Amino acid sequence: MSGAKLGENTDATMAPRRIGQPQSRISQFFESRQLGWVALGIALIMPFIIATNYAMNIMTTAAIFVLLASGLNIVVGYCGLLDLGYIAFMAVGAYTSGIIAKAFDLPLIFTIPAVLVMTILAGLIIGAPTLRLRSDYLAIVTLGFGEIIRLTANNLSITGGSSGIFGIPGLELFGIDLQQPVIFYYFCILVVSLFVLASGRLGKSRLGRAWRFVREDEDAAEAMGIHTYKVKLLAYIFGAVWGGIGGVLFAAHLSAVSPQSFVFLQSALVLMAVVLGGMGNMRGVVVGAVIISLLPEFLRDLGNYRYLAFGILLVAVMVFRPQGFWPARAWEPERPSDPPPEPVAAAGRAAKTKRKAR
Amino acid sequence: MTQLIWNGLFVGSFYALIALGYSMVYGIIKLLNFAHGDIYMLGAFIGFTVLSSFGGITASMSIISLLFVLIISMLLSGAAGVAIERIAYRPLRNSPRLAVLITAVGASFTLEYGVSAIAGPNPRVFPVRLGGNSFDFLGARLSVPQVILMAIAVVLMLGLNMYVQRTSRGRAMRAIALDPKGALLMGINVNAVITWTFFIGSALAGAAGVMAGAYYGKIDFLMGFIIGLKAFTAAVIGGIGNIKGAMLGGLLLGLLEAFGSQVFGGQWRDVFTFAVLILFLTLKPTGLLGERVTERV
Repeated sequence: MSGAKLGENTDATMAPRRIGQPQSRISQFFESRQLGWVALGIALIMPFIIATNYAMNIMTTAAIFVLLASGLNIVVGYCGLLDLGYIAFMAVGAYTSGIIAKAFDLPLIFTIPAVLVMTILAGLIIGAPTLRLRSDYLAIVTLGFGEIIRLTANNLSITGGSSGIFGIPGLELFGIDLQQPVIFYYFCILVVSLFVLASGRLGKSRLGRAWRFVREDEDAAEAMGIHTYKVKLLAYIFGAVWGGIGGVLFAAHLSAVSPQSFVFLQSALVLMAVVLGGMGNMRGVVVGAVIISLLPEFLRDLGNYRYLAFGILLVAVMVFRPQGFWPARAWEPERPSDPPPEPVAAAGRAAKTKRKAR
Repeated sequence: MTQLIWNGLFVGSFYALIALGYSMVYGIIKLLNFAHGDIYMLGAFIGFTVLSSFGGITASMSIISLLFVLIISMLLSGAAGVAIERIAYRPLRNSPRLAVLITAVGASFTLEYGVSAIAGPNPRVFPVRLGGNSFDFLGARLSVPQVILMAIAVVLMLGLNMYVQRTSRGRAMRAIALDPKGALLMGINVNAVITWTFFIGSALAGAAGVMAGAYYGKIDFLMGFIIGLKAFTAAVIGGIGNIKGAMLGGLLLGLLEAFGSQVFGGQWRDVFTFAVLILFLTLKPTGLLGERVTERV
């Protein structure tokens, strides 16, 4: 076994750091259940504070970005698979829904089943062959896949070539037109918060624990009876579905889709949101996504320097704080049926097993 | 037909030069250096800067001045590769693989937008283009610059192969690729050799950048992205970590592309290449010359 591999298994910088209840008051606040409601409240109040078309546009984009980041978090954060072409799934979703809606004159909402089918197919096509390989290969294959999707959309006539498709009908639900910016913003917030919630719940489920086990040590997970290939593929497919739904919202928001929206830069920005926020921690990822999507609006004057800063920041975070700014903490609430821990007995047991190990 | 083969081999020699750096670094520290394609871009821009500042030397680039620019650009892009290794990769040598990969993406990003911030986001026209006559050879139309560039690429590759096979540094590289801990115990300065590997790989990529700039005449800050992906494909085809494999893979990929774009049309060329990559990873992930590596627990 090589040294690099050994280091990978023993190094705990990315591992959850503590088991048990969070200790300090501040940690308790950050881990509390009410925090999600606070964030939702802020998102709901925003249009009352600033409701220009420009601001609504940016905030809707940010909401869609949060959805994408929460999807990528499943792949990168929970399962530890690096996906560098994530925006391709959004492209698949946006194009599928746009093309079908225009071809059959359907409301956008009815294209969602087709979008789900297409994104799951895309996830299978790209995940099934590569997830058996080492994780680095997956990274580069996803990078290539992102390019394939963009170039294909650029070349085919059904996707409108380089000018894309436009005039996509807007969302309409129960006769209410959702295209009004503020209403569409609220609709996005609703959808996004549902998906963020689902993603967070997934992380705490049995499957989520399996994902984290695979991330920490794939061989050990395999030895404990986790079908690692199946689990990884599931993570990939969930990520794809999140991306596809993001694509539908994107198509509805802009009513036009073109290949220029799905360049590598976008994938890298989503990844950055996940990494900066704290891989695996849904709250951190949401905050990271909001920051990453809003920051360029405030730094418009800086031009390309802001991406340079993003690059440097990405390296710096990985070198100095690889767990992100708001890392995931593993703690599970003690169930009442659990016997209280007995420190003395536990220490004795530990000593005994230690002796046995010798 | 011969024209296609020649074009394929010509483009393939560029891929091979870049794939070498990918493959060497991967062979030694099992790191996918995403920034490698951007080193190629950096090399082109260094060549551009050098040529612009010594603009008066030549109007139609002579071989001597091309070699001069090539060497300066190789030294500087090699140094850039070493700097990236020092700053971004070395502190993470023992970190989880995911962290290192993300760092590599960050390094690539930094290079791309760093160059874009300094040199501007618009494509630049290379100040001098290789001019020359073309002649017919076995039914294919060859131009003099193509032959010169190909000759440079072949010389660089042969030199590298000699270096790795014959010198003691080269032996140290192969030893580290086999077993880093064992190499350390045998008294090899592992860090120095890794630095040196980055230097050589980046210098080759920088050379390819200058050559591409001189041949195609246009450079921009994102030019390294696609070609980095293709060089990786070439490295995978040949068997990543294997130097001869990288050369073979580069030439083969060039040929595949030439025939692929002939069959499917030029706009599908990149799609075809990446499809080849995915196919290869599915069917033969060890590549043509790679050995089967069993990961032991």
